[in-house]
Amino acid sequence: MSAVIINAVRKGFYLDSVALMRMSRSLADLDGVEEAAMMMGTPANLQIMEDAGLIDEVGKDAGGGDLVIGIRAVDLAAAELARAEANAQLDAPAARSGTAETWRPRTMRAAVKEVPDANLALISVPGDFAIAEARKAIRRGLHAMIFSDNVGVEAEAELKREAQRLGRLVMGPDCGTAIINGTPLAFANVVSRGGIGLVGASGTGTQEVSCLISQYGGGISHAIGVGGRDLKSEVGGISTLMAIDALGHDAATEHIVLISKPPPAEVASKVLDRIAVIGKPTTICFIGASDLPMPDNATQVYSLKAAAQAALGLNDDNGSSLDVTLGSTLERPKIQGLYSGGTLCAEAQVLFRAADLAVCSNAPVPGVPDVDDANIGHRLLDLGDDQYTQGRPHPMIEPSVRDDAVVAALNDPDTAIILVDVVIGYGAHSDPAGHLVAVLCDNAPSDAPLVIASVTGTDEDPQIRATQMAKLRDAGVHVAPTNADAAQWAIELINAAS
Amino acid sequence: MQRIEEANQQAIERMVTGDPVLVDVIPAAEAISELKERMILHAGPPVEWDRMCGPMRGAVMGIAVFEGWADDLADAESKAAAGEFDFHPNHHFDAVGPMTGMTTVSQPLMVVENKTFGNRAYCAINEGLGKVMRFGGNDGEVLERLGWLRDDFGPALGRALRHVNGVPLKSLVARGLTMGDEMHQRNVACSGLTLRALSPPFVATSDDNEALAKALAFLGGNDQFFLNIAMAMGKSIMDPVRDIEGASVVTAMCRNGTDFGIRVSGTGDTWFTAPVEMPEGLYFPGFTERDANPDMGDSTIVETIGLGGFAMGAAPAVAGFVGAGAASEAGNYTRTMSEITLAENPEWTIPSMDYLGVPTGIDIRLVVETGLAPTINTGIAHREPGVGQVGAGVVRAPMACFEQALLAFADRMGVS
Repeated sequence: MSAVIINAVRKGFYLDSVALMRMSRSLADLDGVEEAAMMMGTPANLQIMEDAGLIDEVGKDAGGGDLVIGIRAVDLAAAELARAEANAQLDAPAARSGTAETWRPRTMRAAVKEVPDANLALISVPGDFAIAEARKAIRRGLHAMIFSDNVGVEAEAELKREAQRLGRLVMGPDCGTAIINGTPLAFANVVSRGGIGLVGASGTGTQEVSCLISQYGGGISHAIGVGGRDLKSEVGGISTLMAIDALGHDAATEHIVLISKPPPAEVASKVLDRIAVIGKPTTICFIGASDLPMPDNATQVYSLKAAAQAALGLNDDNGSSLDVTLGSTLERPKIQGLYSGGTLCAEAQVLFRAADLAVCSNAPVPGVPDVDDANIGHRLLDLGDDQYTQGRPHPMIEPSVRDDAVVAALNDPDTAIILVDVVIGYGAHSDPAGHLVAVLCDNAPSDAPLVIASVTGTDEDPQIRATQMAKLRDAGVHVAPTNADAAQWAIELINAAS
Repeated sequence: MQRIEEANQQAIERMVTGDPVLVDVIPAAEAISELKERMILHAGPPVEWDRMCGPMRGAVMGIAVFEGWADDLADAESKAAAGEFDFHPNHHFDAVGPMTGMTTVSQPLMVVENKTFGNRAYCAINEGLGKVMRFGGNDGEVLERLGWLRDDFGPALGRALRHVNGVPLKSLVARGLTMGDEMHQRNVACSGLTLRALSPPFVATSDDNEALAKALAFLGGNDQFFLNIAMAMGKSIMDPVRDIEGASVVTAMCRNGTDFGIRVSGTGDTWFTAPVEMPEGLYFPGFTERDANPDMGDSTIVETIGLGGFAMGAAPAVAGFVGAGAASEAGNYTRTMSEITLAENPEWTIPSMDYLGVPTGIDIRLVVETGLAPTINTGIAHREPGVGQVGAGVVRAPMACFEQALLAFADRMGVS
């Protein structure tokens, strides 16, 4: 079978050679087309087309200002189709440029050039590179928030010492939450602005306190994260002290709230001394710590809820009480807490401990045994802990990480009550309550344990707290107004049953 | 660190204060006193006959016949294999050459003088498109054209240039950038501006109308005429940047069709090489990527000074060569290259990018840190000798060159 060659010439029709080569390629890719080219008919181009076996009588006399279409195909039908396609492409209106990809800087250097007045870098890269990037940031005069974890504590301390010398604040590593000048960074909620400044070594602790303050009618000036290890002896609270200073000098901040795990004594005293120097009214929540001597301007509280209330000068109330018919499952001995927020789990432990209930945890506060050493009494697990998240997303991002534990607890004959948290806001899953409800509906036996939950967030968050609570209530979940209240309800129910 | 920043500052200063002027055309033997009979300068880092790619061998064979060192192509081939020719890179002799980059004694070389530093750089005259020696072409037609360039066009161009005391290139390139050239794949505007500048002196220095008409038709009919001028300009700008102790700026990038090589200011004359990559692009009718030779030529000197792929934003039409890239995305190439360069050229600016200066001064530290290799706009040669150009496209410099260079640089700076 011999091939068919057809030519078409558009007199005095100029198109750029690059555009023509692109069109030629698409013609050559058509079924049945052996070769195709569209070129301006200069002698050199006609020679190229001749060599490629693309020229017939029609094309051979074209001039340099003429567009020549040359097609060689297996049969006339295929050739005609290709010519129609060529004409269609030539007559199509120019593509709109709106599809162009927006350029994004790949390096901090280029980003700073684009936004010369930026003063903060959010760093989220694998831990091995986080310190190097943070160092670049502070040396460029930027404050740094390091979302990354898996950074050595020695490297953290060294970085923070350099930042301190440069007068730059390092938030993190492993800093999940901050709100600076009303801008939420990483996991944070849409809260009202106001006069309360937070310093948090814990992400969900900061989220819970900032959301409760907002719900109680107050507002946040800034929420500064410092990373979970800042108050350890190796780091010595460098960022915490800088954050306290910053809020101390910030005219918009009237009251400071500090949230952290209990620091070692020497770090705690350094921090409290600084609070005394700053002089602004301060609420200290070292979650799980015992009584510490406080400076005159500071008050120690023991739960996140109490921290929010103390910051606003509210009286402690016990929240709404639970109205529930005691079912048969409440005769069972055990409460299981399945938390996605580490500090929410810690707050529950503090309340269990205060109520003299036997409790264990994989992330125990002082006075609570580790679940691996003593799996006794009630069990409150932090499912966002490293042991559960190695190679998996955090349960706040992907709630299905918690599914297996929830299903097991639902079917455990010893479990009377399941305690869960639902954390919403930026960075969190788009519908964590909906996901939890689906798991409960699909897996709950008829004699399932009671489920008590709370939702950390606000109605202004993308997931809308009221909507999330309604979904839980509709599925028979008892929804407490705060994480502390949820734990308290569980404690009261189990005490009433025994 | 301080030392490196200061050294790089000096490197950038030298780059942007260079004042390249196309002054003359002279025989290669006169331009390069070391150049002897049977000595062949080629594109890229050093390479011997046994490792040369097809087009490079084809060009060597053709040039040996042209110079009268061999009776025919077959004779040239056996002499080359027997080691009768002495091969050296153009870069070792103040010269550059496109694609195969053949430079030998009798060829006419264009001379660009950097008036600020007094150094000169050389490049042969662009032969036009189609079957040409720079793409490995070596038949009678190719050799005949080379003879005409040597005997007629080259001397005429030299007379014209001397008549106007040379053509300053910095401002000409600045105008070319505003007219859609990036000076590697697209030289339409600059070639036209050159014709405009040289037509009067060509006429003034000619007494043979027929020869004049032929010369101007050749100059005016070759869209890529300016490429070789831009290359000599690039070489003249970058040579004064060499050997600044502590500077991490790339002073040359080039390829011989087998290896890609770079030189860095602070590491002396060492070439850091890695195998060249295959360009991605569009092909002339009848050819596909199966016909393509790997990346080749000294023309990457234009990227080294911030033009070519680095100035893609000035030449949106060229962006189409990348394949998927829309013309409206051309600026992204330029912005991305600014991630690996230290400065913006204050005089070479791109109107459609709000007069952003072309990215200037490739820092090997930034290349390795970002993992962004320089983007190069290039022609594509056929892999067989003597066929010529088969397409054009875009290729990346191999990362390994920059990694080796950085290790050597760190070693030299006493960083372990």
